[in-house]
Formats: sequence, structure tokens, C-alpha cells
Amino acid sequence: MYRNTEIVYESSQNPSIGGAGEAGDLVINVGPQHPATHGVLHLVLTLNGETIKKVEPHLGYIHRSIEKMCESLTYRQFIYVTSRMDYLSAHINNQACALCVEKGMQIEVPERAKVIRTIMAELTRIASHELWWGAMAMDIGAFTPFFHAFREREAINDIMEETCGARLTMNYMVPGGVMMELHPDFQRKVKDFIKQFRDKVHEYDELVTGNIIFRNRMKDVGILSKEDAVSFGCTGPTARGSGVSCDIRKLYPYDAYDKVQFEEVLETGCDSLARYMVRIRELHQSISIVEQLIDNIPEGDFQAKTKAVLKLPKGEFYTSVETARGELGVYIVSEGGTTPYRIKFRSPGFSNLSALDTMARGSKLGDLVAMMGTLDLVIPDIDR
Amino acid sequence: MMTNEELKTRITELIPGATFEEGGEWLNIHVEAGSWPDLAKQLHDNPEYRFDYLFCLTCVDWKTHLTMVYHLTSTEFRHTIVVKSKLDSGKPEIGTVSNVWKTAEFHEREVYEMFGVNFLNHPDLRLLILPDGWEGKNPMRKDFEDPVNMIKL
Amino acid sequence: MWSLTNIANSIHNWLNEQFSPTWALIFEMVIAGVAVIGLFALLGLILVIMERKVSAWMQIRLGPNRVGPKGLLQSFADTLKLLVKEGLTPGGADKLLFNLAPVIALVVAMLLMAPIAFAKDFQFWDLNIGVLYVSAVSSLMVISILMAGWASNNKYSLMGAMRSGAQIVSYELSAGLSVLAIVVLTGSLNISEIIYSQADGWWIFKGHIPVLIAFVIFIIAVTAETNRAPFDLAEAESELTAGFHTEYSGMKFALFFLAEYVNVFIVCAIGATIFLGGWMPLHIGNWEGFNHAMDYIPSSIWFFGKTFFLIFVIMWFRWTFPRLRIDQLLNLEWKYLLPISMFNLLLVTAMAILKWHF
Repeated sequence: MYRNTEIVYESSQNPSIGGAGEAGDLVINVGPQHPATHGVLHLVLTLNGETIKKVEPHLGYIHRSIEKMCESLTYRQFIYVTSRMDYLSAHINNQACALCVEKGMQIEVPERAKVIRTIMAELTRIASHELWWGAMAMDIGAFTPFFHAFREREAINDIMEETCGARLTMNYMVPGGVMMELHPDFQRKVKDFIKQFRDKVHEYDELVTGNIIFRNRMKDVGILSKEDAVSFGCTGPTARGSGVSCDIRKLYPYDAYDKVQFEEVLETGCDSLARYMVRIRELHQSISIVEQLIDNIPEGDFQAKTKAVLKLPKGEFYTSVETARGELGVYIVSEGGTTPYRIKFRSPGFSNLSALDTMARGSKLGDLVAMMGTLDLVIPDIDR
Repeated sequence: MMTNEELKTRITELIPGATFEEGGEWLNIHVEAGSWPDLAKQLHDNPEYRFDYLFCLTCVDWKTHLTMVYHLTSTEFRHTIVVKSKLDSGKPEIGTVSNVWKTAEFHEREVYEMFGVNFLNHPDLRLLILPDGWEGKNPMRKDFEDPVNMIKL
Repeated sequence: MWSLTNIANSIHNWLNEQFSPTWALIFEMVIAGVAVIGLFALLGLILVIMERKVSAWMQIRLGPNRVGPKGLLQSFADTLKLLVKEGLTPGGADKLLFNLAPVIALVVAMLLMAPIAFAKDFQFWDLNIGVLYVSAVSSLMVISILMAGWASNNKYSLMGAMRSGAQIVSYELSAGLSVLAIVVLTGSLNISEIIYSQADGWWIFKGHIPVLIAFVIFIIAVTAETNRAPFDLAEAESELTAGFHTEYSGMKFALFFLAEYVNVFIVCAIGATIFLGGWMPLHIGNWEGFNHAMDYIPSSIWFFGKTFFLIFVIMWFRWTFPRLRIDQLLNLEWKYLLPISMFNLLLVTAMAILKWHF
């Protein structure tokens, strides 16, 4: 009668679950419709009671083959598609593509555009980390932080709406600079936001960081050693929580990052708490970057003069930027035409997700949710 | 950190048959598909290079042949090389490097289904993104046609 | 004075004048039954809207504000929706157990209502082992959860049920031991006697620190027993989607929902009765004037005030804390709460023998 309660009673080779189940194993599907996967991620878990024996991601539920689409779009058009990859760092995705095209065409970007881009990217990073903070707290059962995080995120979205006309997929960066001039209220609004953020950020620590239950849920959970982090190609806060120095903004500064003072946040805990702390501390770094730049936006053009039709010379171009989730690489192979011959997005989420199995083995089902929370997965970024 | 020239001499010592491509930002090395897994192990393990971070693994379909592209960097020395390997588009085969860089396991699965490259000795070469039971051509190949979902510009 | 006791007595007298004593008894039973069901439904509705308003307040938002004045009728609308929704039974489910489980949850919650003293001398059933009855019947709750989880034919439900079984059985012990502390002090299992023993001050004030510890343990244990956050592992929506009631919909789900809230009410009522004096007004030793002034506030207001204060505390937990993990949950009980409450019981016993309490 309990046919769907798939307790594997004997050793079997089931191709759909991709491996042998031992007697007594419980195979469950987490996703593609599941509250903790924040999208359509599908994980097949092999459990022994509550203990995880194996995690196997099945991807592709939101795969739009953006790389293939870009092959038929011109160098001006393809940037807008990339907002739909990691939609929480839409600005930074656009920035990566714009930088790659600029590198190929050797366009000199005006200083003003560089600074505007940097401010926008950092605001995006703050918004993304805010959303992560709320969603991660919700994953481990605390609802209230979500609303506190959205209070601040809303302010950023309002700023974005005024300047770019959109709240999520902004499409503001173009090859050669940014698409349009800043809104006249931009500087005042950003300063208001900085003040609001500084007033409220202590609530985050009081509500979540210092909570004993939270710390117990996070400490020594989801261990990702430094060697594994490098080997799995983890980047961003995920790798920096394991002590791997990988901040592209520091290593290969782009736009205005060489003009600002900030520190690369590193934690050596290797566990979920370390990854959490990295993101919380990054919030403060980002706000300080915005603070340094907001009064120093140079006058000048917001966009370099470019030809109407962009043609990249024959060759291969690779740029990487630091999104809120890690290193986003754009690899363009050009044949000299108006469209890329081949384009590859090295997305941070894809590599970070591949480490999940190693991290999760041997922990409890509840821990998996905490780990996925601290990996900060955005599914369209993984599937592209 | 080694310059491109230094890297070039070292790698020529390591593998005499390698050819180099000039002009790019980083040193491009062409290797035979058969010798790649051994070279990968040496690049990763040799304390002089320590190419421990494979940050991009992809494939380019040149219609006549496929090219595997591996972007390698060292988290210790911060020098970067690009390794390329030509594959026959009819029967593309190359050894896996997932035992050297763990991230290659997922990336190779992606290339396997998108380009049909067969990675020898891969521990778990199954479809990752495409739905189970996908038959037919590999979607990222240039000759892929899908009259329903693809819009020709 | 207008009080629940007077109303009950006048109905009793009127029925006995009109009918023979047998019929009067039958009518009284019917009235009591209807009253319990009505109270039950009303409590559910009030607690749901209270939870939503409390959570909204803590989450800097407005909460329901469309249906009725200030959204107060929202839970009526929700109940209406659930009533007219189709109650699905999954294909592979065990139909009998699946449909029986929510009913059992409801019946258990109703049975628990019996010995609670809502006001002075207003109690459905003043039995001499009231406290024992409550602990015995409340542990039946786990049966309905296990039934629901097993019969749903869903792996998430089954895991939720297994978690809940482990959890409720463990936390029963601490809850029982902390209640026992007061039983030792009063020397009675009878709920009205426990209340009358607090006429010169509530136990939480009279009993020094040991009773305070027992109270804290009691609150933690009953939060776990009613499957409320941070101990809501049986539901754990981010891990098990909805745990044991994943497959339930419509009114069957509503019964679980209602039973959860009524259970919260009952455990808070028991807590208020045992530690905070139930309907007993705030009395301090022999301050006659003060005690007399306090008596002017009706006893039912005292009872509901204390109970809703405890309910608010439990809601506060829910909207502040993250969830525990299953092994941490069991560690907390078996390694900390149980030893502490056992030792605490010893202290209380010594205190009771030596008459150190006020």
C-alpha cells in the first residue's frame, strides 16, 4: 500500500536516482518545488534516518541556454539577457559583459561612468546580501529577519528604480559606460540609505548573529576545507569563509575599485558560521565603499563615444568580476563579427553548488538547509 | 608569479610537443588530447606552478573540430594559463581531469551533454542539465536545430 | 454579581424546574458540549488572528487589515475558505487512518478542556486527579500526528511524524516533572485545590527560585510539546515542506490547525493555573485591603489575562527564534532539561518538607 514511500529494502541500481541504494536508505526529492531551494533546484537526497548519505543535484529546470541565445545577439543586445542569470546581482552581470566588450574593443571608459558603475555594483551587493540574510534566516526557521532585511533592500530598490527604471533586472550598464545620467536625487537618496543602514544594522546582529540557537545551528556545520574550496572552484563568500583569498575586486581591480579603501573579508572557520560572518562583514565593507565614492563622483561623460554597431576583433577575451556570490567570468570567442561566436559564463553558483555533496555528507537533514542558505544559491545563475 | 615567457620555457620542458599561441592576455597552450590528463596532474602538483584552481572549463565548436578550453590559475602565484585541446567533432574524446580539480566533474558533465564530448574515466558522466532521456543532438553545437524553441534571427 | 458561576447555576435551576432531573442532566450535557465546541471554534479564530497580528507587529508590517474592522474577521474568512475547499485524500493513503487523524487531534484537544477552571467555581469536570489527567491525555496527541504522518504515504510526512514522536515523548518528561514540583508543594492533583492553595500568593512568587526554574522548564517543554517554533520540527516547512500535514487540505487541515492553537491555549491555561494561580486574583500574603481590591476584578478576566499572556510569550518565541536541529532538540531535553528538572524536584521536595516556602 505504501508504494510511494520509497524505502529501499534491497540493493538496487536505479538509474533515475543515479546510484546504488543500500537497504534501509530513504531517497527523497528536495525540490524542484521546495521552500528551502528558493527556486527550482532539485536535489535527490539519500538518507539514513535523518543523516545525509548523498546529495545529488539535478539541474536544468530553469535552463534557458543563455550562452546559445547570446550567439545570435549583438554585443549591445546580449548584455540585457545576462540580467536574467543572477538576477540578484543584475548590475554586476551587466558590468562583467560590458567590461569584456570594452576590453575587446579597447574602449576607454570615462571616470564618471566607472565610479557610477562601482556605486551601483556595491548597492546591488548590499541588496543581494540583505535578501540572502533574510532568506537564510527563514530557511533555518526564523521568519522575522526577512522583513527586517527587506526594509533596507526596499530603499535600494527605490534608488535603482529612479535611476535605471527597474527594480530587479536593471540593464543599466552598456559597453562604454552606463546607459543614462544619474537621477538628480541619487546622491541624497544614497546618503539617506547609508544613514538608515547604519542606524538599523545592529538589529541584524541582535536578532540573528548573537542568537544561541542560530550559532549552534551554524557552528561546525557544512565544513568546506580550504583545499576543497579551491579544488571545487568555489569563489565569493563561500570560499572566503574557508580562508581562500579570491576577491576579484582586490586581485584584479576593475572600474573604480583601485581608488577605494576596503578590506577583503576572510574568515577561517570553514563552516556555515564563517560564511555567514563573511557576508555580514561584507555588508559593512560595501557600505564603506559607497560612502567613499558617493561624494566624489567626477564630472564628465557618463558614456564613452562608441560606434553604433560594435565589432570585436578576432580573438578570445575573458574578464571576471566579483558578484555577490563569487567570481563571474565572461569568456567571449569572437570571429570579428557583430555577434559573439561563442560565449561562456563561468557562474559562481554552479561551482559553489558542486561542493554541496562534500559538505553535506554525514550531517542531518536540517543542516542541509542551513548549508544551502549559506551557499546563497540563485538557481538561474546555476542553470543560466 | 611567473611571466608568460618563463611559463613557456617550463612547459616546453614538461611537454615537448606543446605549441603556443601568442597575442592573448594569457599564455595559450595547445596539447594533444591523449597527453592532457598527465599534464594536468603535473601542472596541479608541481610546486613551481601550483595551478590549483580551474576557473573555467568549456568547449568551443569550430564546425570542423571542437576545442576544449581550460583556464587555470594558481591561488599561490597568481599566474594564469589557458590550455586548449583539439578534438575530432565526429568522435570527441578526452581524458577527465575531475580527479585533479574536483570542479571539473560538474563542468565536464555540462560539456558532455552540451557538446557531446566523451570524458574518459569520468566517475559519473550523466546528463546534468538536460532532462533524463534526452536524445538527439547536443544543443550547444553549431549545427543544432530546434524548429520549435529556436528563433532564427 | 454577574459571573459564569451564576449563569451556570441559573441554567441548572431553570432546567431542573422545567424537566425531570434525568432530562435536565441530558440537556446540561448537550449545552456543555455545544459550549465546548463553540469555545473551541472561537478560541481557534481568536488565536489565529492574534498570532497574525503579533507576528505582524514583530515584523514591522500591518498584518491582515481588509476583512472586518482592522482585519479582525480575517480568520472567519479563512475558515470559510477552508470549509468549502475540497479535502483531498492522496491515492496511496490509508483512507481510514488518514481521515481519522485530524479528528483524533481535535478530540484530544477537547478532552483536555474538561478539567480547566475558567473562572471561580466554573469548571466542566473537577476531578481529583486533574493534573495527572491532563498529562495523560495530552500525550495522546502524538498518536494523531503519527497516524497522519504514516497514513499520508509521503516521505516528508513520515519524517515529520518520526521527529514529532521522538520530540513529544521526550518533552513529556520535563513537563510532567515541572508540574510535579507544584503537586509536591500543594500535596494535591486536584486543579481547584491547586488554585485555592494560591489564595495567599501565586506559586511562582511563593516558591522561590526552584519554582521559577520549574516554570521556565515548563514553558520550554510545552512549547516543544505543542510543536511550536523553535521546536516545530514536525512541520519544519523549510526542511519537510509541511511535515506531518503535508498531504492535508481543506477542513482536515483546518482541524489540525485548530487543534494546534487549542493545544497552545490549553497548555498555557495549565501553566497559568499551576504557576500563576489560575483565576485567583493577585493576592499578597495578608494585605487584606490589597487582596480585597484585587477581588473586584472578575476571576474569568484573571484567568484569560494570564493565559493570553503566556500565549503571547509562546508566540514571541515563534517569531524570534530559529529552529533547532533534531539532535540538538533531543540533547536539550535529555542532557539539560531532564537532569535539571529532576534535581529541581528534589529541591522543591526538601522545601516542601522543611516548609521554606511562604
